[in-house]
Amino acid sequence: MPDSQLSPASASLPATAPSALPERAELDRLVGMILDEARRLGATESEAAVSFSDGLSVSVRLGEVETLEYQRDRGLGVTVYFGRRKGSASTSDWREPALLETVRAACDIARYTAEDPWSGLADPARLARAPLPELDLHHPWALSAEQAIDIARDCEAAARGFDARISNSDGASVGRHESLVVYGNSNGFLGGYPSTRHSLSCSVIAADPQADGRMERDYWYTSDRDASRLEAPDAVGRRAAERVLRRLGARRIGTRTAPVLFVPELARGLVGHFLGAIRGGALYRKSSFLLDRAGTAVFPDFMQIHERPHLPRALGSAAFDGEGVATQDRDLVCDGVLQGYVLDSYSARRLGLETTGNAGGVHNVIVGSSAPAVGYDELLAAMGTGLVVTELMGHGVNAVTGDYSRGAAGFWVENGEPVHPVEEITIAGNLKTMFETLQMIGSDIDLRGNVRCGSMLLAPMTIAGA
Amino acid sequence: MSTVASDVPAAATGGGSALDLARALILAPAGLDEPRLESALGTLLGHAVDYGDLYFQVRRAESWSLEDGAVKSAAHNIDQGVGVRAIAGERTGFAYSDELHAPALLEAAKAARAIAASGKGPEQGVRIAGTRPATALYAPLDPLGTLSADEKIRLLEAVDAEARRQDPRVTQVMVSLAAVQDAILIAASDGTLAGDVRPLVRLSVSVIVEHNGRREQGGSGGGGRVAYGYFLDEERALGYAREAVRQALVNLEAEEAPAGTMDVVLGPGWPGVLLHEAVGHGLEGDFNRKGTSAYSGRLGQKVASELCTIVDDATLADRRGSLSVDDEGTPGECTVLIEHGVLRNYMQDKQNARLMGMRPTGNARRESYAHLTMPRMTNTYMLPGAHDPAEIVASVERGLYAVNFGGGQVDITSGKFVFSASEAYLIENGRVTRPVKGATLIGNGPEAMKRVSMVGNDLKLDLGVGTCGKDGQSVPVGVGQPTLRLDGITVGGTKT
Repeated sequence: MPDSQLSPASASLPATAPSALPERAELDRLVGMILDEARRLGATESEAAVSFSDGLSVSVRLGEVETLEYQRDRGLGVTVYFGRRKGSASTSDWREPALLETVRAACDIARYTAEDPWSGLADPARLARAPLPELDLHHPWALSAEQAIDIARDCEAAARGFDARISNSDGASVGRHESLVVYGNSNGFLGGYPSTRHSLSCSVIAADPQADGRMERDYWYTSDRDASRLEAPDAVGRRAAERVLRRLGARRIGTRTAPVLFVPELARGLVGHFLGAIRGGALYRKSSFLLDRAGTAVFPDFMQIHERPHLPRALGSAAFDGEGVATQDRDLVCDGVLQGYVLDSYSARRLGLETTGNAGGVHNVIVGSSAPAVGYDELLAAMGTGLVVTELMGHGVNAVTGDYSRGAAGFWVENGEPVHPVEEITIAGNLKTMFETLQMIGSDIDLRGNVRCGSMLLAPMTIAGA
Repeated sequence: MSTVASDVPAAATGGGSALDLARALILAPAGLDEPRLESALGTLLGHAVDYGDLYFQVRRAESWSLEDGAVKSAAHNIDQGVGVRAIAGERTGFAYSDELHAPALLEAAKAARAIAASGKGPEQGVRIAGTRPATALYAPLDPLGTLSADEKIRLLEAVDAEARRQDPRVTQVMVSLAAVQDAILIAASDGTLAGDVRPLVRLSVSVIVEHNGRREQGGSGGGGRVAYGYFLDEERALGYAREAVRQALVNLEAEEAPAGTMDVVLGPGWPGVLLHEAVGHGLEGDFNRKGTSAYSGRLGQKVASELCTIVDDATLADRRGSLSVDDEGTPGECTVLIEHGVLRNYMQDKQNARLMGMRPTGNARRESYAHLTMPRMTNTYMLPGAHDPAEIVASVERGLYAVNFGGGQVDITSGKFVFSASEAYLIENGRVTRPVKGATLIGNGPEAMKRVSMVGNDLKLDLGVGTCGKDGQSVPVGVGQPTLRLDGITVGGTKT
């Protein structure tokens, strides 16, 4: 079953490399040109972001190279304000005529849009100031195409060699990615930083000799800002193989009500629904199942959810948000009680609140429990008889009502022991109730994403099946 | 609302016109011409590269959105670039540039050909020509300019007013209007030179209604490869507003949905997302070439009930999923996927067709120049059957009648698919009775399609809002079907 431990760094992965990015000053200059042109055209306020990214990805299937892809993307976006009227435009073309044309397009739009009393730049007092925290986000990887191919081959070979029932493969992929984003606005803010993100994944297929060769597929991946901290290729391959093999022999179960355990990578999705429901946009549109719930208990009292934007090397780290507002540590849930919302300047003004530095999203959400730490096996034992969900399918989540109904696969558990894999069922409930009656959360934390949490044991849900 | 005449150039007639326009929009401003493209293709082809192509794109897009009764935000985007692909057997090398001039093109071609065992082979001579004029299925117009900014704003405001006029319980109305003009030009080492200018417009309405502390949502919308005037014709946009409110009000009354296996009747039109998930993806050439689809190796076999004839049809005029030529320059086709229950064809691009010894079917698609081509669906639908829809509902003793859906998803390999109803009713003793909350339906593609026991005579296509995602790439698609009955499908409600 999934655990959260990253394997020790693999010796086969090369270390840092020279950067493929343009000079920061070049992007600063473009932002300056955009803001100058907006002012010249009469904008009272403006903001701009310019981005560059460079990447290489390689996939290998059945031991042979399948794709070799070089990525290099440029972007440039501007928003102008004429009083409280707003217009936006963007392009991939950095050349001066295109840049000037883009600013003009944004200004043209602002002639037609309606006054919006809540629009405008962030409060200057909230902008991030030097010195910005050092977040250690930039670790270029000197990965040549040949090295990438070797890593992907090793990874896929470990999966295919794991068991004779691994019958086919969707391949293994390796990618390195490096980017530089600069944001500036007419209140004098100019900030930017380079960052990297590298990944390795493997997806294999197993055929069940006991079921007429019926196929199942599963995968595993590792991702980090620093390639030396990726899981080793053979470990990723083996994990993909283990995950697909455990699906063989899956069957449906009868319709019933039973407790459900979400593994960490799926529990993260539940936290995502929570974050979506406390987002400013959902609140001011009254399209959230957690409307007006600040100060009230939305989870049991063991639940603690914090945002930690300055964790070194973390995937969600940022010194400032998409409007230049300084990010800071904050508590979203303490002892089960909702402490505040996820706001940018616009939604904050509409709600009569202050921005929380979340323009563009959250930055490292850490989910914890004040109850004594319990591992995955203890959660299974606590559940006794119920369903472990390892895969969810479809989009059956209603953000307005919290109604939840999704396709699922996993394991049926009796007396704390997995009995057999399960497929082609649905699980259903309502998120409000699922959160309020959450039973336990595990210490088996998945560190790979912007939301870090362990397994979650939920009170009984409706399972529809045969 | 006043109707606006669209002063749009007439649809391209005969071959070459979309290609000529694509040349003018893409090559001329970049100072490129056919000899330069031939030279770049020559650079691409080392002796181990057996196919290469250049995909030029200039894409202009805009969106306008309304909330609180006013259009307060809008955005404009221009994206352009060239993608260069080199194929050697099952290997693909790919690079792209957001610059369209000749040096960038050569640099990308050199990067892409590194895929071949020997990228340093002699450069080959390539000749390209626009020899396969495709039938134009839509006018090569620029939809962004087919209404003035004031007219677009008035359209959005009229939709808002229409939604609010329907019922005092409407508390929020959000409307968005978007248009794209996508000009592409493809030059390939097999001599292909093709161009297309693809317009696409969309209008979406989403409403929230509130009553006695209960809130529900409803949504509707539509569009196609047409000018904005489409939304003014026949009061289409106002119709979307009325439909969104109607759905939301139905959901205000909805009770818990049943859980378990039961007979389900799917309404006509958008519920065809069933076919997209349960059948379509599993018949894309790449999965079948690799043997990773639940439908792999099953050509000529019975994979659905004999009532089912399912096609993928790129050739419908003005539809959201239609393509005059696909993203490799192959003319769009109507491909029979399943005929009376028997699997007849896969959907192919050039690479997978060649590797499987089959023919490309005009299903090569890519999100943009910066993405690799894959076999994808266009407009996928089931042909009508013999039954009156009322007869189909009347045949079910206890079951679910589902008429609107959100999205769906499929696991190609196991064949498991889901799709989520957003408007559904109980069927009790052959009659549609109470509305129930949205619920996910789950099944296994080849098994579920064998349980299609009745097919209606009321084929409808969706209104033109579908977007399909595969490997992180989004492309516009269409779906459709007549009313149909599925015996024994699992319905994921909460009531046991």
